[in-house]
Amino acid sequence: MLGILDAISFRAEAGKTLAIVGESGCGKSVASLAIMGLLPENAEVSGSARLMGRDLLGMSTEERRALRGAEMAMIFQEPMTSLNPAFTAGEQVAEALRLHQRLDHDAAFKAAVAMLEKVRIPDAARRARQYPHQLSGGMRQRVMIAIALACRPKLLIADEPTTALDVTVQAQILALLDDLKRETGTAVILITHDLGVVADHADDVVVMYAGRVAEQARAADLFARPEHPYTVGLLGAAPAAGVRGERLASIEGTVPDLRAPPPGCRFAPRCPFAVARCAEGAPPLAEVAPGHFSACLRAPLDAMLGVAA
Amino acid sequence: MWVWLLKRIGQVLPTLFILSILIFGLQQLMPGDPALILAGEERGDPQVLAQIRAELRLDRPIYEQYLYWIGNVLTGDFGFSWRIRMPVSQLILDKLPVTAQLAAMSFIIAVLIGVPAGIISAVKRDRPADWVANGVALFGISTPNFWLGIMMILFFSVELGWLPPSGYVPLTEDFWQSIATTIMPAFVLGTGVASVLMRHTRAAMLTALSQDYVRTARAKGLRERVVVWKHALRNALIPVVTLGAIEFGRLLAGAVLTEQVFTIPGFGKLIVDAVFNRDYPVVQGVVLATALIFVLLSLVADLLYMAINPRLRQA
Repeated sequence: MLGILDAISFRAEAGKTLAIVGESGCGKSVASLAIMGLLPENAEVSGSARLMGRDLLGMSTEERRALRGAEMAMIFQEPMTSLNPAFTAGEQVAEALRLHQRLDHDAAFKAAVAMLEKVRIPDAARRARQYPHQLSGGMRQRVMIAIALACRPKLLIADEPTTALDVTVQAQILALLDDLKRETGTAVILITHDLGVVADHADDVVVMYAGRVAEQARAADLFARPEHPYTVGLLGAAPAAGVRGERLASIEGTVPDLRAPPPGCRFAPRCPFAVARCAEGAPPLAEVAPGHFSACLRAPLDAMLGVAA
Repeated sequence: MWVWLLKRIGQVLPTLFILSILIFGLQQLMPGDPALILAGEERGDPQVLAQIRAELRLDRPIYEQYLYWIGNVLTGDFGFSWRIRMPVSQLILDKLPVTAQLAAMSFIIAVLIGVPAGIISAVKRDRPADWVANGVALFGISTPNFWLGIMMILFFSVELGWLPPSGYVPLTEDFWQSIATTIMPAFVLGTGVASVLMRHTRAAMLTALSQDYVRTARAKGLRERVVVWKHALRNALIPVVTLGAIEFGRLLAGAVLTEQVFTIPGFGKLIVDAVFNRDYPVVQGVVLATALIFVLLSLVADLLYMAINPRLRQA
């Protein structure tokens, strides 16, 4: 197994959304699978992941299994393939309820229908008896959310939940997640590469680059004053509504090969602000403003941004 | 659903028609003259031979012989055995229960061994349990049935004296004695089929276990046992069921060598004897009956397929 991830630390708060942002392959999904305990057996995970103060990595696989679906849940990127084609939507929600809440067959199915109503599936009683292939992509993702939230978990990890969906459906699903989060007090970790989604739905943001945290801040602060050159690049590469005709800024170069990461700061080879000492050691995540962390030796960037822009 | 069934039966009829021509045509290629064999001692007398040929319509053109035969088959008359002087349908009905019993026992053994072994070897992929299962399966596929049969007779009948080495007792006569006479051939046939089932189950399970819905099942906190035996298996079984039906059809077609080794009077023995004696009506009747069983079984397989695969149900 490769040393994919390195020194990540973040905290998700009840009723809030923490967004983890980065381009594909930066380790967002691996981090979330590590928390859930869903990585393949040959993956090595070290450090600590705590849920309500309990150490997830220290407990036995059986203890962690009992928490999955009950205290922490996850929804995935691929709604088309994430549901089992051989069972009805209702059964797949009811299964979690029978397991974690010890409901009997009928009670679990009734609760499942109620849950499907809650994720705003119209005609839920009929839909509950249908199979995944009879449901649209948006509908399937709603079923996935119903499965995940059926047992009122403390933590919900949503791994690119809307990437595979139509734009209009995306907005509906994210709005639904926001409502449910407020209602149940679930902490949400939203994994995405879409900064527009982050701006609209996240309270806190972790920006990851090549397996490391580049910057970490409250969402409002991050958008107002990005303190890592990579974040600056990302913001430049995100299309803003209403601005037309202007060429999008792009970040030069490509994501480094994690089998042979560059020494020092992994972003240095692509960074317009890089200096010699950037290649010497991994820059620590330093607090550049209250609650605002950046792993850049040259932060705060205010002075240079004026020049570069 | 009913439309589908009608369509499916509509496909079956031309298949059976072509098969009937094949069956009839192929045996014309068999060397040897049935009239000569039937004439026995009198084979030197051209008058006797001519009489036999006329009686059996062997002197008519082939298409006429075929039309006569198929016309009778359509009315349910499979003709008379030339040799045993019995209606072919009677012979088939006599032997069918024997072969059916043997096939059913073999199939149960095959499923009980093959499917769990396939599942376990998929779950324990590339670990000792997988190697053992694959090794045994390879042995099962490559061991000739007659050799395994003879070895079992040597060991269980001659050496230990636990089981009768040959012969057959019908189920209706003495249940346990009947099982005792068929358990060894059933095991011989069953292990061969088990190996095939095991390898296909393993492949289907490996595919199923790598699917996204299995990750969803794990994310729900389901026990690994439930993930494997419910979520993955239910999907993996879909291709295995089709294969199982075909294998069952092959068992029902009679196992020539195994029936020979254990002297079980089933389809296999009936057809071998009929071929050696150039008993055309029996050969035609038995082969056609087997073909019919095969076609019916593949229909059953399709129905089962729909039952376990909801995606096909409303189509």
